[in-house]
Amino acid sequence: MFARAKQLSVLLLGSACLWGVPALAADSAGRSAENMPIGVTPVSQTVYDIHMLMFWICVVIGVLTFGALIFSLIAYRKSKGAVAANFHESTKVEIAWTVIPFIILIGMAWPATTALIEVYDSDEAELDIKVTGSQWKWSYDYIGEGVSFISNLSTPKDQIANLAAKGENYLQEVDEPLVVPVGKKIRFLVTASDVIHSWWVPDLAVKRDAIPGFTHESWALIEQPGTYRGFCAELCGKDHAFMPIVVEAVPEAEYNDWLAQKKKEAAEIRALTSKVFTLDELMTKGKEVYTKHCSTCHMENGEGVQGAFPALKGSAMATTAEGLAGHLDIVVNGNTSKGMPAWGTSLPDVELAAVITYERNAWGNGSGDDEPDEDDIVQPIDVYNFKKGE
Amino acid sequence: MAHGPAKGIRRWLYTTNHKDIGSLYLWFSFAMFILGGAFAMIIRAELFQPGMQLVDPEFFNQMTTMHGLVMVFGAIMPAFVGLANWMIPMMIGAPDMALPRMNNLSFWLLPPAFLMLAATLFTEGGAPQAGWTFYAPLSTTYANPLTATIFIFAVHTMGASSIMGSINIIATILNMRAPGMSYMKMPLFVWTWLITAFLLVAVMPVLAGAVTMMLMDIHGGTSFFDAAGGGDPVLFQHVFWFFGHPEVYIIILPAFGVISQIIPTFSRKPLFGYSSMVYATASIALLSFIVWAHHMFTVGMPLAGELFFMYATMLIAVPTGVKVFNWIATMFKGSISFETPMLFSLAFLVLFTIGGFTGVMLSIAPADFQYHDSYFVVAHFHYVMVAGAVFSMSAAVYYWLPKWTGRMYSEPLAQVHFWTSFVGFNLTFFPQHFVGLAGMPRRYSDYALQFADYNMVSSCGAFLYGVSQILFLVIVILTVKGGKKTTKEKTWEGAEGLEWTVPSPAPYHTFSTPPTVK
Ligand code: HEC
Ligand SMILES: [Cu+2]
Repeated sequence: MFARAKQLSVLLLGSACLWGVPALAADSAGRSAENMPIGVTPVSQTVYDIHMLMFWICVVIGVLTFGALIFSLIAYRKSKGAVAANFHESTKVEIAWTVIPFIILIGMAWPATTALIEVYDSDEAELDIKVTGSQWKWSYDYIGEGVSFISNLSTPKDQIANLAAKGENYLQEVDEPLVVPVGKKIRFLVTASDVIHSWWVPDLAVKRDAIPGFTHESWALIEQPGTYRGFCAELCGKDHAFMPIVVEAVPEAEYNDWLAQKKKEAAEIRALTSKVFTLDELMTKGKEVYTKHCSTCHMENGEGVQGAFPALKGSAMATTAEGLAGHLDIVVNGNTSKGMPAWGTSLPDVELAAVITYERNAWGNGSGDDEPDEDDIVQPIDVYNFKKGE
Repeated sequence: MAHGPAKGIRRWLYTTNHKDIGSLYLWFSFAMFILGGAFAMIIRAELFQPGMQLVDPEFFNQMTTMHGLVMVFGAIMPAFVGLANWMIPMMIGAPDMALPRMNNLSFWLLPPAFLMLAATLFTEGGAPQAGWTFYAPLSTTYANPLTATIFIFAVHTMGASSIMGSINIIATILNMRAPGMSYMKMPLFVWTWLITAFLLVAVMPVLAGAVTMMLMDIHGGTSFFDAAGGGDPVLFQHVFWFFGHPEVYIIILPAFGVISQIIPTFSRKPLFGYSSMVYATASIALLSFIVWAHHMFTVGMPLAGELFFMYATMLIAVPTGVKVFNWIATMFKGSISFETPMLFSLAFLVLFTIGGFTGVMLSIAPADFQYHDSYFVVAHFHYVMVAGAVFSMSAAVYYWLPKWTGRMYSEPLAQVHFWTSFVGFNLTFFPQHFVGLAGMPRRYSDYALQFADYNMVSSCGAFLYGVSQILFLVIVILTVKGGKKTTKEKTWEGAEGLEWTVPSPAPYHTFSTPPTVK
């Protein structure tokens, strides 16, 4: 029996210690495989300190409590002839073990309260970014700058399907990261367009639920340039695990250059709306857009997912001239309550035209002969007019 | 009066005997435990390595959802109701439950409810996939309507069963105690169940309200939870957690009761502070109504709300601490032996306390912004649900099995079950603290490479834990079929209470004439 009691105590102490070790193994940026990152904002450091404080308080209480337990288990073994005493109830002891924990809790509540007040103080931000979660990607809108883009997972499907070796940043890389300046107070206005998501970047200690119909604020002041990766933290459906966040924090000058470049691109895209494209051009661009934005649901082969996402291959809407208006409507306005996002505001007209054209001609959806029918080609200007006519 | 059970299937279909119904509940819950466990094995097999290997993400989400629903509503809750059925009449000296026919109905509602739920797996849209917390609008407008509707009816049916079961328990405890069994003489298991039953009656209707609103949103054109129609998705969370937080105490309070029976027995010393244990249980129950939004620290509540829910949540540590300290003080200067029920109770004590520590950490709102919806939370609630509720259930089964069957289980095999469960459990869930803190969100069908090592450990632990439960089944069957006969009234030297005054196995009818309690 003694052996068993000893075994038990070794296991208990062992598990208590396990938690102490990881704190030592952090990298220079304060990240480790076992513990919360220290992060790169004043708030993340405060939060880390509170976390460690709580942890150590728990360790001390744990050592005392489990110590008393292990002592009793060893000292009062029946197999060693222990005879039970017959005492119970002691008001003094019971008051002590009610009051002392209460005092410890007050000690914990104090730093927690001041930290929470800090977290909630998003006033006087120098930069506002609207963050929108949708199935299954994030979009960012630099408020007042006319710059906005969608940020998709960029890990190749082959890696997920184990057909290719996984890269270093497997499932935590995106095509367009969120670029922000260091040393500026940035306010995130977080919302969603379909179901609830949650925008979480551990290094910034920011986690905000993205709730459709509501916008909530959060903020960060990043002190160190670098790449900070995060995840969607609220279950949002099929590809919940496949909508990461990448924040690129750069010095202010670099940020300004980036922003200027982005503004220029936006202007160019707007100019393209009036241009007329050939079927080939639209098909090439359309395939690109389709793969990036549509294939998660409708699948690369256009066959969809039974019971969830309709097939576009052979769909009446995409194969008949009468379907065109409906096709434009569903792509531009979506049917968000059924799970089809509205793309009209998030993609430029060129890309909308290209992807619609692609859907009307790929997978045998076209008329079959080489001469495209009138209704098989959608030009950016058609999308523009459709939007205006609404 | 002194007739035995009917023969064949009719005994089980028509029975109004608390022992039969108790057994039905226990076997049903074990079947659900195996089913929910199978779902968990699929989850852990998929997460064994990064990359999608075995299932697709939709099915993965169905598995996490069904695992949670089946374990909470199908395994743990019915298991404790089964225990209540068996033990409460025998502990308070009553001949049966107060409302025996309703007792039959409340059990027989469960199999159809879970058949319906399981049947969704075979529909076109698959099983529910919005998590066991089924947040709207993912569970309403974005869900397959057929699946969601069946799910809602299943929840209604389980809820009705729970409410009936608890009314029955309350009626039994209030009215059927033997002469002399005053409230402050009731065994703690009875006390914890009385309080639990009140919690159930209070919150199951709230859950029913939540799913009814979902039903209306799906089929009635309302927008309770749809912002586009003027509703509020966060309303769902408030209503859900107003049910859901007391629900965790519904699960853990009877476990406290079990442990409070077992530790004194094997310490051969009465419980240190009986009355403070009763008050602590009641305070936990009361506090459980005002802490629900600590599950929602990241939804964007105003600062004052966050502070209120943070302080209230921290307070729960006080009565919980009282319980833990009391159990240890009971062992202090006792005469302790380590039979399997005691081993499970000790493991409960230690692991539940670790779950309590992480609970206090989670209550700290600013830190919760990092913990929330990560694997840290998964680790936390499995420490309280599995090492809490499930370990205490295992302890209870070993403790009372000789009373139920008149046969002794095999101590060596049972200890193998204990050690494999203990090691398997900790291997599974301890590393989840690490990956959670390092940033792995919960309910992820695939994950980044820095989480790979601990996930593999976790999966190995889960398989060990899973196999160990099959051993449990084998041990119970071996005991029932051919365990060594034990006819002693008092199986355990240090046991106290009326259930140990009746023969083993307990006759079909006990206490037809009430005992007198001094
Ligand atoms: C999040 C998943 C999702 C994504 C991403 C998505 N769709 Fe859809 N799509 C749906 C769903 C769900 C429907 C069915 C909506 C309904 O029932 O009205 C749908 C319907 C459609 C339809 C109508 C099909 C028919 O025959 O009725 C078209 C066309 C379409 N989507 C095009 C696109 C395009 C183009 C993209 C990319 C720019 C895209 N979808 C991206 C989910 C998605
Ligand atoms: Cu998401």
